[in-house]
Amino acid sequence: MLLIDDLHASIGDSEILHGVSLEVPDGEIHAVMGPNGSGKSTLAHVLAGRDPYEVTGGRVIYDGVDLLAMAPEERAAAGVFLAFQQPVEIPGVPTMYFLRTALNAQRRARGEEELGPVEFLALVDTKRRLVDMERALLDRAVNDGFSGGERKRNEILQMLILEPRLAVLDETDSGLDIDALRVVADGVTTLRGPDRSALLITHHQRLLEHLVPDRVHVLAGGRIVRSGGPDLAVELEAHGYATLDSPAVEPRTASAGTASIGTISTGTISTGTISTGTISTGTISTGTISTGTAR
Amino acid sequence: MTAMTRPATARRPPSGTGVGMGVQVPERAREPEWLNAARRQAVAWVDANGFPSTKHEDWRYTKLDSVLALPLAASSGRGAEDGPGSVSSSDLPTPQLGVPRIVVVNGGMVPELSTLGTSLPGGVRVESMAGAVRRPEGRFQQLWTRRLGGYPHALRALNDAEALDAVVIDLPARTVVEDPIEVVFVSMPTGDARWSHPRLIVVAGARASATLVETYLSVAGAPSVTNALTQVELGTEAELVHYVLQGERTDSFHFSSLEGHLAEGSRLSSRLLATGGRIGRHEVDVVLAGEGSQVDLDGLFLTGAGQHHDNPVLVEHAAPGCTSRQLYKGVVTSDGHGVFNGHLVVRPGADGTDAVQVNKNLLLSERAEVDTRPRLEINADDVACSHGAAVGRLDPEALFYLRSRGVPEREARAVLVSGFAHEILERFGSGPIRRHAEELAAAAGLIVLDEDHCSSGAVTAGTVHPGRGGRAQ
Ligand SMILES: Nc1ncnc2c1ncn2[C@@H]1O[C@H](COP(=O)(O)OP(=O)(O)O)[C@@H](O)[C@H]1O
Ligand SMILES: [Mg+2]
Repeated sequence: MLLIDDLHASIGDSEILHGVSLEVPDGEIHAVMGPNGSGKSTLAHVLAGRDPYEVTGGRVIYDGVDLLAMAPEERAAAGVFLAFQQPVEIPGVPTMYFLRTALNAQRRARGEEELGPVEFLALVDTKRRLVDMERALLDRAVNDGFSGGERKRNEILQMLILEPRLAVLDETDSGLDIDALRVVADGVTTLRGPDRSALLITHHQRLLEHLVPDRVHVLAGGRIVRSGGPDLAVELEAHGYATLDSPAVEPRTASAGTASIGTISTGTISTGTISTGTISTGTISTGTISTGTAR
Repeated sequence: MTAMTRPATARRPPSGTGVGMGVQVPERAREPEWLNAARRQAVAWVDANGFPSTKHEDWRYTKLDSVLALPLAASSGRGAEDGPGSVSSSDLPTPQLGVPRIVVVNGGMVPELSTLGTSLPGGVRVESMAGAVRRPEGRFQQLWTRRLGGYPHALRALNDAEALDAVVIDLPARTVVEDPIEVVFVSMPTGDARWSHPRLIVVAGARASATLVETYLSVAGAPSVTNALTQVELGTEAELVHYVLQGERTDSFHFSSLEGHLAEGSRLSSRLLATGGRIGRHEVDVVLAGEGSQVDLDGLFLTGAGQHHDNPVLVEHAAPGCTSRQLYKGVVTSDGHGVFNGHLVVRPGADGTDAVQVNKNLLLSERAEVDTRPRLEINADDVACSHGAAVGRLDPEALFYLRSRGVPEREARAVLVSGFAHEILERFGSGPIRRHAEELAAAAGLIVLDEDHCSSGAVTAGTVHPGRGGRAQ
């Protein structure tokens, strides 16, 4: 299903993945665990085709084809799905519209019939019950004013509707209560099948109690430092990541990473810019002038 | 078919901006003396003050040169006495709102094309000044001359000088008009005459309430200049919901103004959708004159290739305890230029003012520009005022989110643009006015995010480039 081979990826000038290798066979669920900042989200974003991450070496083969050569939407139509660690808000776009646009775009790309409104509504109704989501939430704009838990459920709902062959879940379990955790676990279990696989990225072992993986990989400092069976997760929970004898990796200070994030967002903002508030004479005025992306 | 019987008044072409234009006093023999005098006074104002140049604070970004290069002659309208004319109902968009519908061509109301029906409750009067000035009641005189001489710029004076007609909608106290009243303004150049000066006067008595829709179109032919003025006077606790759908041809010029005067406890909501015009400028001047009156102003301008949209908004809090809300959004593509010039004034004594002014803009191309000037002027204590402006481009994270779900980039961009516009469009309600607005927006390239999820995702918005940005002041 998925072969990641010596993958190097950078953002700006700093390399974050220093040669990640990993294979997920058909029908298997693998977990990737690791401390904060070890590159888990970077790996997930690279698989989904996120822009500012640059692949500087290695390859990713999905179903026998070069995944890295595909546009994000092509990857999605081919069955790759990423549940975002931080799902984005899309003000003004109703969730129902978003879901239907996504599903039909994928179906069009695969040469399948688009789903009509009635069939679509029926489909959504079935799936939203699985994730225990109110219909009213779906009439609101995508993730707009959704709580953290609602956003995560929304990711799982999207996964259930789009039925990917490879689901990558980036810390979908973080910050969830036990009920929501079960929704995530059940969602993945529902999709489970001989030709579907999943990569569960997680910081904790909690999710893996509900969803036992075939393999567990530990990502630390931009490399897979250990791989093992489900027991590895238990061991990590007991002893923490600190005890790992990780091979030496070039130290990257947190501040370097932060600095480069700053640089990138500044670049984005400066393109759109401006606006001034002119406040004359009198007294009070709370002017907020913002730049960057408009919503 | 041509049957333009009223001769256009010939004018000298302007000799430049900022000087007297040599506008002549039109001869309208059948008009009463007070109206002729008012027209002379307006013309004298234009002569004395000239047309605004970009040195004029409110005209900083809008050059009138190309407009004034057109002959100043006004196109003839079709007064009630004119007989069959050159606009037929087939030239007009199919009525979507039903009756009552008033059609105004080149500033003159056309009764044959208008349908008042029986839908108006008793006491409500819709009248054309051209047919009614001869009556001795003095009502028109009072409405017309109320603010003679106090012009912010020459175009308003020109409307006083030149308006062929005025449609007057009179809502007596406590009348509630359920159906929206639609006024369709058609600009249709006749020969060299390009200008028209439509005038609409709405007077609502105490606790009256109505919905009014102004639709502006220009029919095929040479570029026209619309210079419209709508005056709204709301009595105590009266309520008017007002819409302006500006969909003129993109080679025409559109100037319109809304003047609102709000008495105690009254409420005006006015929503603009502007897609048309080479220049499209819609001014709003609202005076919150009575205690506790409220105004909500929303605007959406979709500005494309070769277009310039200017939105000057002046809200004056002149009484205590009034509320004002402004939300204007602009979507600017290609080499379009959008302007928001919002001015909020709190007069001394207007304590308890609650005002919010927001302008947000989306730039979709390298060459697109927006100038935004939110201004507050506060001369009272105990006020809650806030304002903000933003100019930006599409959120790359949201774009990636959509693409990661399988939506191709072009379509994903179009969806985000529509999401941005949605906040305003949804304020057009959920009925025929909303559909009318959505059709206009769709014709300007926006995809419509249906609430009932029935549309297939047609993509019409163009490609998007990282924006270069607007200009700071
Ligand atoms: N957009 C970015 N720009 C610069 N550095 C980044 C960016 N995203 C992540 N990083 C850095 O890359 C490293 C790995 O981050 P990430 O993949 O998010 O880790 P994890 O998901 O394992 O917590 C961190 O040091 C982080 O600071
Ligand atoms: Mg992460």
